[in-house]
Amino acid sequence: MEATIEVTGLRKRFGPAVALDGMSFTVLPGRITGFVGPNGAGKSTTMRVILGLDAADEGKALIGGRPYRSLRHPLRHVGSLLDAAALQPSRTARNHLLWLAHSQGLGAKRVDEVVGQAGLETAIRRKAGGYSLGMRQRLGIAAALLGDPPVLMLDEPFNGMDPEGIVWMRGFLRSLAAQGRAVLVSSHLMGELQDTADQLVVVGRGKVIADTSVADLIATASGDRVTLRTTERTPAMTVLARVGATVAATGPATLTVSGLPAERVVALLGESGVPFSEVAAHRASLEEAYMELTRGAVEFRAATAEETAR
Amino acid sequence: MTTTTPYRSETRLARDGFAQLLRAEWTKFRTVRGWVIGMVVAALVTVLVGILGPVGSSFSCSGPNGQSCGSHTPPLGPDGEAVTDSLFLVHQPLAGDGSITVRVTSLTGRYLDAPGAPAGRGLQPWSKAGIMFKESTTRGSAYAAVMVTGANGVRMQHNYTGDTAGLPGEVSSTTPRWLRLTRSGDTITGYESADGTKWSVVGTVNLAGLPSTVEAGLFAASPGYTVTTESFGSASGSGGDTLATALFDHADLQGTKPRGTWTGDDIGGQGGGNSPVTGFQQSGDSFTVSGTGDIAPVVASRGSLSKTIENGLVGAFAGLIAIIVVATTFLTSEYRRGLIRTTLAASPRRGRVLAAKAVVIGSAAFVTGLVTAAIAVPIVEKLERDKGLYVFPVSAMTELRVVAGTGALLAVAAILALAVGTVLRRSAGAATVVIVAIVLPYVFAVASVLPSGASQWLLRLTPAAGFAILQSMPEYPQVAAAYTPADGYFPLGPWGGFAVLCGYAALALVLATFVLRRRDV
Repeated sequence: MEATIEVTGLRKRFGPAVALDGMSFTVLPGRITGFVGPNGAGKSTTMRVILGLDAADEGKALIGGRPYRSLRHPLRHVGSLLDAAALQPSRTARNHLLWLAHSQGLGAKRVDEVVGQAGLETAIRRKAGGYSLGMRQRLGIAAALLGDPPVLMLDEPFNGMDPEGIVWMRGFLRSLAAQGRAVLVSSHLMGELQDTADQLVVVGRGKVIADTSVADLIATASGDRVTLRTTERTPAMTVLARVGATVAATGPATLTVSGLPAERVVALLGESGVPFSEVAAHRASLEEAYMELTRGAVEFRAATAEETAR
Repeated sequence: MTTTTPYRSETRLARDGFAQLLRAEWTKFRTVRGWVIGMVVAALVTVLVGILGPVGSSFSCSGPNGQSCGSHTPPLGPDGEAVTDSLFLVHQPLAGDGSITVRVTSLTGRYLDAPGAPAGRGLQPWSKAGIMFKESTTRGSAYAAVMVTGANGVRMQHNYTGDTAGLPGEVSSTTPRWLRLTRSGDTITGYESADGTKWSVVGTVNLAGLPSTVEAGLFAASPGYTVTTESFGSASGSGGDTLATALFDHADLQGTKPRGTWTGDDIGGQGGGNSPVTGFQQSGDSFTVSGTGDIAPVVASRGSLSKTIENGLVGAFAGLIAIIVVATTFLTSEYRRGLIRTTLAASPRRGRVLAAKAVVIGSAAFVTGLVTAAIAVPIVEKLERDKGLYVFPVSAMTELRVVAGTGALLAVAAILALAVGTVLRRSAGAATVVIVAIVLPYVFAVASVLPSGASQWLLRLTPAAGFAILQSMPEYPQVAAAYTPADGYFPLGPWGGFAVLCGYAALALVLATFVLRRRDV
């Protein structure tokens, strides 16, 4: 059986608010799956349902084919980080890991190993209350790794990290995926996942909007558009429109051309003697692609109380 | 996309046991310094409040040679408990086995030292007259007796605490009572009869180690009366001696009589104040015996100079407050920090998580209570004795029950607090609810803020009933006393009261488990 997260048709309401509306996706081993969507899209609720913390009204969430609540040593199956701030402030970081290890039948030796992996050796005997958010994220990662699980599920792990920490986190998550682990990382900022995720599950209003590889998503968002840089905008538009292309002025010296490949644009402009300085296939950023997808899914904040009230 | 080989951990699985959950919760508990300090504070506060009692008391009492006051030192009965042994006994030695038979035709009473005494005939419900075999005339010596009483019918009593009921009804010349005691080795049997021909057994007792020659005789005694006036927040009492006079005839002592004549002794020597009113008159086999006092265990009462061992634990309520705060916070802090999600993600079987927490906090509270009581009880007892106060002796088993009971009281209260914390999820609210439920009724009752009737009901119905486990002195039906919480007596007795607390804790735990299982966290 593949060690993955499988979510099928999850539905959940909090009073009148629909939190999950048929959420379905699968996380595959050996890659990082980005779980993105605006605040209130249902990411955290989905994760809590996967971990058996919240009960779904309908649908199934399975870890390696089994419901989480049936797992006897759950941290051996899936390591999770839901809220890095969920710590007893007066307990040292090491003791936090120690009780968690004890709950899985693990000892202090395993604690020392994950502390090393998370790069927390020097601060581990300090009280968790004195930790910065970035350090808490590292502590959360260490906790998620305690059971050496094949599946990792991290809610907003980049939150509060400095640029150096973000670079470290990316590399670390990549290495975990390279070991064959399935890694699900949620974020409300697509930029954080741009160079990290292989696969994207984009959610909005409690359901999946797109489940695709990063490369496919960018290609789709880019379309077959061409960016043209020219000082002679009017003649250029005339020439291109004559052969049926859609031309839009996107700047004082730039045009975006749809429906015509770059080679044809170059040929047509050459024939007509219109000068230009650059013709390039348009490449959308992940952020753009995401904005495109989720435009309809951004909800009014008042309806997202459950997400923010955590 | 190529398929990837899923990651397989090299770590071997440990067994899945409740033990690892216990270990995790114990690690959680011991690694928060505030909780450990809370337990130490609970112990210190309890001991300190206990010590304040005797240290702050201005009372001191000493005899000419510095010994503690004689009148405050009651004799001890054969089983080691403090007893009253005051009676008028008309007696002669009886060697070996034998029997004594008598008919009682009258039992009357009157108040002595009359000013302030209530009107009425003065016969107390437990005024008593009858026949007895007694080890010796020394106070506190072993005995067995059958007797008629003022309002409790015929009784067979032995060694101060033993009491068996016979036929009810008052004795008079038209309804006389025949009484008989027989000795066979260490076995004494009591009989009663309405007519002297048809006898029935009241009871049989075994007085191990009774000497071969005992004092056999006729006696009369009448306990003092007390009138307690209660007003809101205070109680005042007044009382005095009473005298009982009994008429006997057909007195018949069978067996070896080394002396053969009757003598009278006012054992306990109360004597009725200035004018000796106790005594006896003999005319053939008829006797009139007048006696005062009682043959019974001593019971504790508030304001007396005699202290019970649990008096050293008066501070337990303060320690309990600290324990309750720690126990509720042990759980509610997880809700406050969101750590409950980490806990339940690590251990999805929620009932077991709550059980592990209950075992850990209960054990920590038990050990705290045990150590606290083991320190407080002997220290306070010594301080009280040094002040010249009398401390009631109790059996080792009772002392053990009080000391271990302190631990059990704190443990069950801690589990109750944990369960309430689980349901309410808020530290302040949960701690307040539990303190109001346990500590407040107890303080109201023992400090006699409330009338004793209300106090008794509080200590039956609220979890504060659990404090009863600390009660060292038993209630005796054959001793008329107030037996209020302020005197140190709980209405349900040690185990009954403790069971009420356990019931509350069990109920709260069931509710907490139900709620925790159902709730999204």
